[in-house]
Amino acid sequence: MKFFTEENSELAKEIIGRYPKPRSAMIPLLHLAQEQEGWVTDEAMTEIAELVGTTSAEVLGTCSFYEMFKRKPVGKYVINICTTMSCALMGAGDLMKHAESRLGVKSGGSTADGLFTLEGAECQAACTEAPCLQVNYRHQYRVTPEQFDQLVEDLAVADTDIPEHGVLSQIRQHIPEDKFVGTTPPEDVVSAPVWLSEAGGQ
Amino acid sequence: MAGTPIPHAPGFIANTTPRIVTSRFDYEDSYTLTRYEATGGYQGLKKALQQTPEEVHNEVRDATLLGRGGAGFPAGVKWGFCPPEVWPRYLVVNGDESEPGTYKDRLLMELDPHQLIEGCLIACYAVGLSQCFLYIRGEMAVAQERVAQALNDAYAAGYVGKNIQDSQFSVDIVLHWGAGAYVVGEETALIESLEGNRGMPRLKPPYFPASIGLYGQPTIVNNVETLSNLPWILEHGAQAFTAIGTETSPGTRMVAVSGHVKRPGVYEIINGTTTFRDLLYGTDMCGGIRNDNQLKAFVPGGGSAPWFTPEQLDLPFEASHVGPQGSMLGSGAIMVMDETTDIPAAALTLTKFYAHESCGKCVPCREGGTWLEQILRRVVEGRGTTRDLDLLIEVGETICPGDFPHAAISSKGIEAVPFPYRMTTICFVGPSAFAPIHSALTLFREEFEAKVAGNDEPTMIEVAVDV
Repeated sequence: MKFFTEENSELAKEIIGRYPKPRSAMIPLLHLAQEQEGWVTDEAMTEIAELVGTTSAEVLGTCSFYEMFKRKPVGKYVINICTTMSCALMGAGDLMKHAESRLGVKSGGSTADGLFTLEGAECQAACTEAPCLQVNYRHQYRVTPEQFDQLVEDLAVADTDIPEHGVLSQIRQHIPEDKFVGTTPPEDVVSAPVWLSEAGGQ
Repeated sequence: MAGTPIPHAPGFIANTTPRIVTSRFDYEDSYTLTRYEATGGYQGLKKALQQTPEEVHNEVRDATLLGRGGAGFPAGVKWGFCPPEVWPRYLVVNGDESEPGTYKDRLLMELDPHQLIEGCLIACYAVGLSQCFLYIRGEMAVAQERVAQALNDAYAAGYVGKNIQDSQFSVDIVLHWGAGAYVVGEETALIESLEGNRGMPRLKPPYFPASIGLYGQPTIVNNVETLSNLPWILEHGAQAFTAIGTETSPGTRMVAVSGHVKRPGVYEIINGTTTFRDLLYGTDMCGGIRNDNQLKAFVPGGGSAPWFTPEQLDLPFEASHVGPQGSMLGSGAIMVMDETTDIPAAALTLTKFYAHESCGKCVPCREGGTWLEQILRRVVEGRGTTRDLDLLIEVGETICPGDFPHAAISSKGIEAVPFPYRMTTICFVGPSAFAPIHSALTLFREEFEAKVAGNDEPTMIEVAVDV
C-alpha cells in the first residue's frame, strides 16, 4: 500500500529531480506528506525514505527536528499566537489568555471537535503589527480579543480563504521542461559554467 | 469569502529616504511580473549580461554592499572567497527570517519577489554559481506563494532557466521551504537543512561556506535584502549606491521598529548616517514613544543584540559606532520599551525564545539556555532569591566567558564593553539567550532586586562524602 496518492507521487518525483542529491528533497516531501494527511504518519516517513534513498530513522531524525511537522493529528486550524518580545510588549499574554478561555483549551491543546489547535509560537516576522498570530501559517495582525472571536467564528463555518492544516503554499513551482537546466551530482561537474569560461557572457 | 481575509502584508511606512529596495511597495500589484517590468524590472540583469561576470562582481564589490542578514559582511568580498577552479558553486538564499523583531525579508518576498529573483540571477552570473536554492521560512505561506508564482512567470518569460535572455547564461532557481527552526537562519545550519538533515550549525572553521558549503562545494549564502539591492546597483552603478549613506555603510537599509512607539513600522533608512533618535523620534518615522512616555531601553539589532538606553540614541546605523558602544546592528530590528515596561519580564520573552530554539548540539547552549530561562522565570514570578541573580550571570559566563558587551551608563559611571563576545558554542544562539539577561541586569539591576526582595535563600545542606 503506497502512502502518496498517484498525483503526489508524480509531484514527489518532480521535486526530487530539482536537487543534485535526492536527500535534499526530504523537507519538501515531508511537507507534501503533511499536506496529504494533515500530519506526518509513519507510513509517510517510510515511503519518503525509499524515495530519497535513506532509512526511515533518518527521515524521523529530520522530521522531529522541525516544529511544523506534526507527528500526531492536530486541529483543522492550527492557531499560533506569537509570544516573543515585540508581541509580548503589545499584549500577546492577554491575547493568549483570551484565546485559551474562548477555545476552552490550554496552549498546546486541541478542541474536542478537532477544529482548533492552539499553540504559543515564536517570532513570526510581523513585529510591527503586534500582537499577531497565524492560522495555518497565514498571518493576522494587531489582533484584539473581538477580532479573535470573529476569526474563530469564521473558521468554524469555513468562511475564510485559509486552507486546512498541512496545506502550505497553494501555488507550486513548476519548471517547464524546455527551460529546466537540470541537475548534475556535484562530483560529476569538473569545469566552470559556460558563461564564465567564455568570459563575456553573450 | 465574506469572512476573515488573508491580509496583504502591512507595516511599511515611506519617508524621505531614496527607495532602493522598497520602490514598488506602494503598488497593489507590486508582486506581479507586469508591474515589475513596467517599473524597470530586469534591467539590472540585462545590463549585467552585457558585461563580463568579473565586471559585475567588481561593480558589487565597489558598492560595498554590506550583508543585511545580521553579520554585515560585504557581499562582494564574500563572493570572492570561493576557491578558484572548484566546481560547481551554489547560491543559497537565506529567507529564513526569524530573529526576534525582524520584519523586512518577508515583506521583500511578498511584495517584490521579482526583485529578489533578479538579484539571485545577478549573483549567479557574477560568481559562476550554477544553481540557486531559495530557502523561505516554513511559516511564511504567502511569501512562498508569491515567490512560486513569480518564479513560474519568470521562467515562462525567459528570465530564469536555460539560456537566459538568449545568452550563454543558464541557471535554475529552486524554491525550497523550511519547516520551523530559528537556528536554520545560521548559514551552515541552513545548508544542513537544505541537505535534508536536522538544521544544526557546522563546526568552524571553515568560517565561510564559500569554501566548503552545500554538498561540500563552494556556496554563497546571501540574505534576501542583500540580494534585493543588486538590481538597483547594476542598473544605477556602484557610484550611485555609495553616494547614499557613508563610505563604510553605503546605501539604504530596511529596519523594523516594534514595541512602544507611536508608529511602529518598517522603514527604509539611509545607512550610516540615520541615528536611532531620527528613527524613534523623527516625525516622518516613528514619531516618538507612545503616549509621550519616557524611553526606557531598546534592542538595537534583533533579539540577540545587547540593549541600549536613551544615552545611546544619537548613535548612527554604522557598525563602527555601534560595536564599540557594546552592541550590534544585526538584522535591523529595533524593539522599544517605554517606562511602563517590566524589564525582567521583557528579558524573559527573549531568553525563552533562544532556550526554545537551541538545536542541542553544544552543551552550554542546550543546558545553559534552559537553566537561564528557568532561573529568570522564577525571578519574574517572584519566587527567586538574590542568589539567583548571581547564578544567572554565572550560567551566562559558561556560555560567554569574560566581559559580555554592554552599553555605557554615565549616571552609574559604567563604561561600555565593545561587541562582540567570546563564546563556548558553535553559533550565536547560546550567547543570545544570555544577552537580554546580561543587558537587563546591568542596566536595571534594581528591578530584579525588587522582585527577589524578602525571599529567603534556600537552605544549603552539607553532605559528607566518604571517599
